[in-house]
Amino acid sequence: MSAHGWSNAEWADRIAGVLAGARYVNLGVGLPSKLPQFLADRPGLLFHCENGILGTGPEPPEGEAVAELIDASSRPVSLQAGAAIVPFDVSFSIIRGGHLDATVLGAYQVSSTGDLANWSSPGASVAGVGGAMDLAVGAHQVCVMMHHTNRDGTPKIVDALDFPLTAPACVDRIVTEFASIRMESGGLVVDEMAPGLTREALRSMTAAPLEFAHDQVAVADR
Amino acid sequence: MEIHRPTDDRGPVASVLKPVVTAEEAVLSILPGAVVLVGGWGGVGVPGELISALAAADTSSLTVVSNNCGTGHPRDIGLLFAAGKVRKAVTSFPTHPAAEPFRRALAEGGLDLELVPQGTLVERIRCGGSGLGGFFTPTSAGTPLGEGKEERVLDGRLQVFEPALRGDVALIHAWEGDEYGNLRFRYAAGAFNSTMATAADFVIAEVESLSSTPLPPDQVDTAGIFVDALVLRSGS
Repeated sequence: MSAHGWSNAEWADRIAGVLAGARYVNLGVGLPSKLPQFLADRPGLLFHCENGILGTGPEPPEGEAVAELIDASSRPVSLQAGAAIVPFDVSFSIIRGGHLDATVLGAYQVSSTGDLANWSSPGASVAGVGGAMDLAVGAHQVCVMMHHTNRDGTPKIVDALDFPLTAPACVDRIVTEFASIRMESGGLVVDEMAPGLTREALRSMTAAPLEFAHDQVAVADR
Repeated sequence: MEIHRPTDDRGPVASVLKPVVTAEEAVLSILPGAVVLVGGWGGVGVPGELISALAAADTSSLTVVSNNCGTGHPRDIGLLFAAGKVRKAVTSFPTHPAAEPFRRALAEGGLDLELVPQGTLVERIRCGGSGLGGFFTPTSAGTPLGEGKEERVLDGRLQVFEPALRGDVALIHAWEGDEYGNLRFRYAAGAFNSTMATAADFVIAEVESLSSTPLPPDQVDTAGIFVDALVLRSGS
């Protein structure tokens, strides 16, 4: 039986695990901006969006959306208890000034040395950078949440980037639907894998060397 | 709290009361070749009636500074690209799927694009409104967007210099205003608007409502000192 990876709720749970201790966490466009649906009830976490909302909660019930309350993906959000609205330039003081414990960002590619590519593709005539570069240099912890491979199966974790750089050596952790991977000075260390996945299968989806944490238990194909 | 009101009815020579004008009147001040700051973020806080009026006005070759270049709303900056009014766009996130007029203008040629990281863009505008020449930031250092910029190692980090940015005119949006030009924003709709209000020679605020009494002073987000004219959104 082939492995399908974690469900979205299980995936979010892995993110919450690697963010343990973080209080103020920015969520980037795409997959990360959906995390409040799963994590907003956990105490001690306030989600930041670069538009100036500190405390973005899950999508509000139908009919209760407020036009001026949106997340990085321009989707409607509610407000968490303890939320605050700050001026936009102050929002980037929060980002660059080292006030964020973590950011969770999507990515096109991450290299084995933690280089991040998430704003443009090779040869693109136009790209949108948004707050990606500010977040990558500003947050204490940069956690990438992305699918392990592209739709065509090509790896997104690579030895060296083909895609334009967002920031060098900034990524601390990659959590895909198949594995939670820590960046160490020596390379990539797999802390956890989705059930049913073999080390060989994970390696075949990854274009960079992987090591496995000592407590890692690989579950063989059933 | 009691607010003191002047009893001398001769009135000042130059009033701190700001004119309330139509969107069409407001954009008459925008000359060909002007640098126009346009507020809003992700389709929220966008001065839609001012943009509509500018798209219909007799002007051209504008440089527009705006976070987005169209997000699919019927009255957003996409109108300026569709009308051929823009020569240069200074922007952070122009790649919204609905930014079709922008992409068409870019493909046809004659449109310059300056892509700026979002935090750098707002800080360049903040400097422009604050009498500062610019700043160093680690954002974009070592990346394609950092190429050609002056570099320094500060605090042990490679940083690049970013120059201040000002506009001839700023078109901003606010939730509520009063006749003194004081403004309040709603939630995230202040994005870029509050900063752009400080950084242009002529600042026009499109407000959702105009309070008949002065806004409570401690609830003013942008003070009237920054605002030159008000446009009351008609809601049409």
